[in-house]
Amino acid sequence: MSSTLAVTLKSSVVKKQLVGVTGLLLCGFLVTHLAGNFLLLVGPEAFNKYGHALTSNPLIYVAEAGLLALFLGHMGMAIRVTLQNKSARPEGYYMKTRTGRGSTFASSSMPYTGIILLAFVIFHLQGIKFGEVYNVTYDGVVMRDLYRLTFEKFSTLPYVGFYVLSMFAMAVHLSHGFWSAFQSVGFFHTRYTPALRKSAIAFALVVGGGFSFLPIYCFLTGAN
Amino acid sequence: MSESNSMNLKLKIWRQLNSNAKGKMVDYQVSGVSPDMSFLEMLDVLNDQLITKGEDPVVFDHDCREGICGMCSLMINGQAHGPEERTTTCQLHMRKFKDGDTIIVEPWRAKAFPVLKDLMVDRSAFDDIIQAGGFISVNTGNAPDANAIPISKENADFAMDAAACIGCGACVASCKNASAMLFVSAKVSQFSLLPQGEVESKERAVNMVNKMDSLGFGNCTNEAECEASCPKGISISNIARMNREYTSGAVTGK
Ligand code: FES
Repeated sequence: MSSTLAVTLKSSVVKKQLVGVTGLLLCGFLVTHLAGNFLLLVGPEAFNKYGHALTSNPLIYVAEAGLLALFLGHMGMAIRVTLQNKSARPEGYYMKTRTGRGSTFASSSMPYTGIILLAFVIFHLQGIKFGEVYNVTYDGVVMRDLYRLTFEKFSTLPYVGFYVLSMFAMAVHLSHGFWSAFQSVGFFHTRYTPALRKSAIAFALVVGGGFSFLPIYCFLTGAN
Repeated sequence: MSESNSMNLKLKIWRQLNSNAKGKMVDYQVSGVSPDMSFLEMLDVLNDQLITKGEDPVVFDHDCREGICGMCSLMINGQAHGPEERTTTCQLHMRKFKDGDTIIVEPWRAKAFPVLKDLMVDRSAFDDIIQAGGFISVNTGNAPDANAIPISKENADFAMDAAACIGCGACVASCKNASAMLFVSAKVSQFSLLPQGEVESKERAVNMVNKMDSLGFGNCTNEAECEASCPKGISISNIARMNREYTSGAVTGK
């Protein structure tokens, strides 16, 4: 009996693989986003010109549509899986104890850290991408002064705090998601998988730490 | 057994008349339990005391009582087969508990494992999965000489480890998603790692996974609680193998 496409796409294996692969691609986006952010340390001109170069390229719409599709796909599939999983045990346990040898805080909180990240993304887009438009002119070209906007946004403690907490949630999410995606697509190696799990934590620390560093940096240096 | 050695325990046990009835946790006291007894023997003592009092004994599954058949189950203090690593309930000794302890005993919980009575659940969903592909249907000829088919030591070990699965369902019970992936992947792996089973490995994975999905088990989220509570220590590496065999089987139309 061969599996039809509909059955395959609905299978527990492929659903998980789709969550994993979209998640890994989103990790790629995070890396480029973070790298771009660090231009903030170079100076206003480098940062603003980078932003302008990205947004003035007509391909940005294709890239944004792709990114949106990844987000929606990742989220939609994860919500579906989570709801199905809830219904797979209609009557819960009176007492359930973790063995301490399997699940981790990160693995068991994926839906929650995911919801925090969704709230963060909406807030972040609304504050920066669709936020106030300040203009600046370099070499006769008018562009958004995102440098100024960024420093302005990160001048208050609650704003910085929200970013840092969200990035903590992201680091927790990544520390499980990153290696888990490999397991879902079928990669397991007695030697490399433990190393992969460690590198997932390292990746989470670097990305989460990197994204948290910049708001703090802006807060501390912006006042002067 | 000296008197001072005997234990008194409080038990909270799930009682349910049949699969349609509403069950509840009921408190029991059991006395005269030896630390050398197994958990199931302790329940036998309780049932003796209940029968003497004219009450309905607690129903639970068991058979070999030596950790090989996979019939015993029980969620003990929130853990499948109790707190001991790599130990079935029938092999769990009462010396792991203290005199005066309160022990919570519940059945496996999953939509695909309905409670039949008290602590006994219907695990025939596992049989349905096996019937969907847990066999070899190609002609493998007569019994060959022992060394006529070369099999690497590594594969032989992996296959043997996967074949250690006794199908008890602790993986489903301990998984927060009630996923049966560890069980199915062990069955997929024990065949696909050996030459006779390898021939049908992809279609086997496809058929067994599709069957599993249709029975209402949840989706794996790679938390490895199954591996941690498996009395036979089946590794989640089997799940990765099943995942890749399923996908390659599905895209090649197996
Ligand atoms: S009764 Fe057979 S494995 Fe426990």
